[in-house]
Amino acid sequence: MAHFEKANSIEEWLDQRLAIRTVKRVMSAEYWIPKDINFLWAMGMVLAITFGLLLVSGIFLLMYYQPNVDLAFDSVNYTIMQEVDYGWLWRHVHAVAASVVFLIIYIHMFTGIYYGSYKKGREMIWISGMLLFVAFSAEAFSGYMLPWGQMSYWAGMVITNLFSLGSLEMNGIVEWIRGDYVPAQAFLDRFFMLHVLLIPLAILGLIGLHFGALRIPHVNNQEGEEFDFAVEAEKYKSGDKIGAKVIAFGNDFMAKDMFVVAIYLVFFFYLVFWNYGFAMDPVNFDPADGLKTPAHIYPEWYFLWSYEILRPFSKDIGLIAFAFAQVIFMMLPFLDRSPNVAPANRRGIFAIWFWVMIVDLIVLTAMGKLPPAGIYSDIGFYAAVTFIILFIALPFITKLEKKL
Amino acid sequence: MFKELKILAVVVSFSLLTYYLVEPFAHGEMHAHVESNHFQYDGSADIEEVEVKIENLKAEKETKEKAEEKVAIEASIVTETAHLEAKKTFWSDVKRISAIKGDAAAGETAYAACAGCHFKDAPAMGGVRPPELNVAGALYAKDYLIGLIKDPTMASNVDHKFSAERQHPMSSVVYMVSSDEDIANVVAYLQSIAPSIDEVTPKIAFENACGRCHANKYMKWTQIGTKPTFKYKKDDLAFQIKTIEYQDGVKAYMGKLPPDLSMYYRSRGEHFLETFIENPQSHLAGTAMPRVGVTAEGAEKVIEYLIESADPKHAERNETGKWVMIYMIFFVLAAYLWKRQIWKDLH
Repeated sequence: MAHFEKANSIEEWLDQRLAIRTVKRVMSAEYWIPKDINFLWAMGMVLAITFGLLLVSGIFLLMYYQPNVDLAFDSVNYTIMQEVDYGWLWRHVHAVAASVVFLIIYIHMFTGIYYGSYKKGREMIWISGMLLFVAFSAEAFSGYMLPWGQMSYWAGMVITNLFSLGSLEMNGIVEWIRGDYVPAQAFLDRFFMLHVLLIPLAILGLIGLHFGALRIPHVNNQEGEEFDFAVEAEKYKSGDKIGAKVIAFGNDFMAKDMFVVAIYLVFFFYLVFWNYGFAMDPVNFDPADGLKTPAHIYPEWYFLWSYEILRPFSKDIGLIAFAFAQVIFMMLPFLDRSPNVAPANRRGIFAIWFWVMIVDLIVLTAMGKLPPAGIYSDIGFYAAVTFIILFIALPFITKLEKKL
Repeated sequence: MFKELKILAVVVSFSLLTYYLVEPFAHGEMHAHVESNHFQYDGSADIEEVEVKIENLKAEKETKEKAEEKVAIEASIVTETAHLEAKKTFWSDVKRISAIKGDAAAGETAYAACAGCHFKDAPAMGGVRPPELNVAGALYAKDYLIGLIKDPTMASNVDHKFSAERQHPMSSVVYMVSSDEDIANVVAYLQSIAPSIDEVTPKIAFENACGRCHANKYMKWTQIGTKPTFKYKKDDLAFQIKTIEYQDGVKAYMGKLPPDLSMYYRSRGEHFLETFIENPQSHLAGTAMPRVGVTAEGAEKVIEYLIESADPKHAERNETGKWVMIYMIFFVLAAYLWKRQIWKDLH
């Protein structure tokens, strides 16, 4: 057995057994972040806080939710929203956070693209981040099934139908996923399991991977400047905090993060109390009815752009385009052939590519919600084609880019 | 600092643009905008509906090439034109009767014809229970009541559902109370016995105007009344059987069981409910649901009841929200001071 001295404080006692001082040094006091950053660098912390809100509110909801096709709708809309003290608050927090988390994910993603933070050693940060995006998408979709309203039911019907893979007509797969011919009890049970256990476990694991992936290549900075973190850290530790190009995660980076988080939470709670309609679709306040298709079926706003890449084409081409849209962002580190890690505005044609891509995604998002008729259907088609061309063109555009 | 604000402006404007496009703009495009007629029952919407239908038929006729198709559409145009004339005549009759000053005392005598069916817990007629009329004079608009006695199908704008073979359950009123004076008198009588609208509770308003066809399970309302708590299971089951039997009658009359309205305030929103209650055809052309003819105040009461069933926590939400906001603003200040203190050594 190892030898232990008598400890003089609780901290020392814990340090002897858990090495908490080392943990604090490695994870916080000497975890170095570049100093040249702006508020967009706080989106990771904003996401962590939002995920925390989802987890806590989800635990409270889980205590009253009934995963049964006859009880689910009322357990949400009556038991939780009306009978349980502050149940409405947990539900509003959960629903609004589930929607806003995607806004922040997109801002976080586009920040990474704008500053080129996905290459030259940072590939795994990007890939683990995109895997998190996939996991969050699955989590959002499975959660959307649970209130068992009209949109839950019909979105479940439409999305599971995609797995028949168009003209291949693999209806057996669809039935296997649903556990029935149509979404019913087996379907609700398994999506409940996915939502409260399997996908959250995957998300927790991926968050660990995402954080771990940051350690070696370090966080990028506003100018994409490459410098020696060890040298800068020495400068900081010797007292030249002003001259050093790095700051400590705790509490330098944290102080700035928390200020951004605080402002974000003002916005977040405004939505929770007074402007939640965008996150809780009115149609889903009608109970699921397999005999009555809603006049308009559309996914939540954050899936609209990829839905619109599926929709304007014929069945099989649409599915291929949709599959392309799902994986293409993950390939970004390998599609960008330029050696430069720099903000897009210093990268010539790439700057144009970036802003066209953003505008195109917004157009796709809008058209994905509008009824696919007349001019909207045409705009949607051209926006979808533009999206595909943008990503096919990316390797060529970036190959031509001059080294800065 | 300036650079951060510039970046913030870019992020916020792209987010707001996206929000505008997928929420107000898209919903405006998906749902026809219906203007309220402020609960004035003058038939303007009913007449316009038929006019639009005729216009559409004429446009459709232009697109057809075969002679027999043109003839078929022409026949529909003739039918609809007659229909339009009937509507115009009906609503001008209502206007004429509305100008007559009714005599409540004489109305009480003529009302005897109504009392045969309209009394408390009356048996269903053709599927639906005739309502007791003690609050009708307060809850329903005068012109609507006149119209309803003159011709129930026209006043409720469901004449497309009925014909000589399939009569409205209240169609015999046309023979029983037929002269202009009698109609004006009966309506004057109904108004004289009604309490003031302020005394009509949201619950009474809902039960009268909606509750004979629609359940509201979050308020424990069934079409046959508020569901009591039973001590014995068999009493509970007996009540359920009675409810189902009544619902079957409504189903046979309406074509399907009218939906439970518990969550309608959240699934439809206030503006939709207001305009839908005023004229169901405006949102759902061809629906079997009759116009119920409530006054503006009556509709307000009904909506108040629907808010109570779908969103009873709205006051608590505003109150809690206020305190959370005050807390968050202190949090922002504290976070700002902390950030300033730490970063003064870094710049």
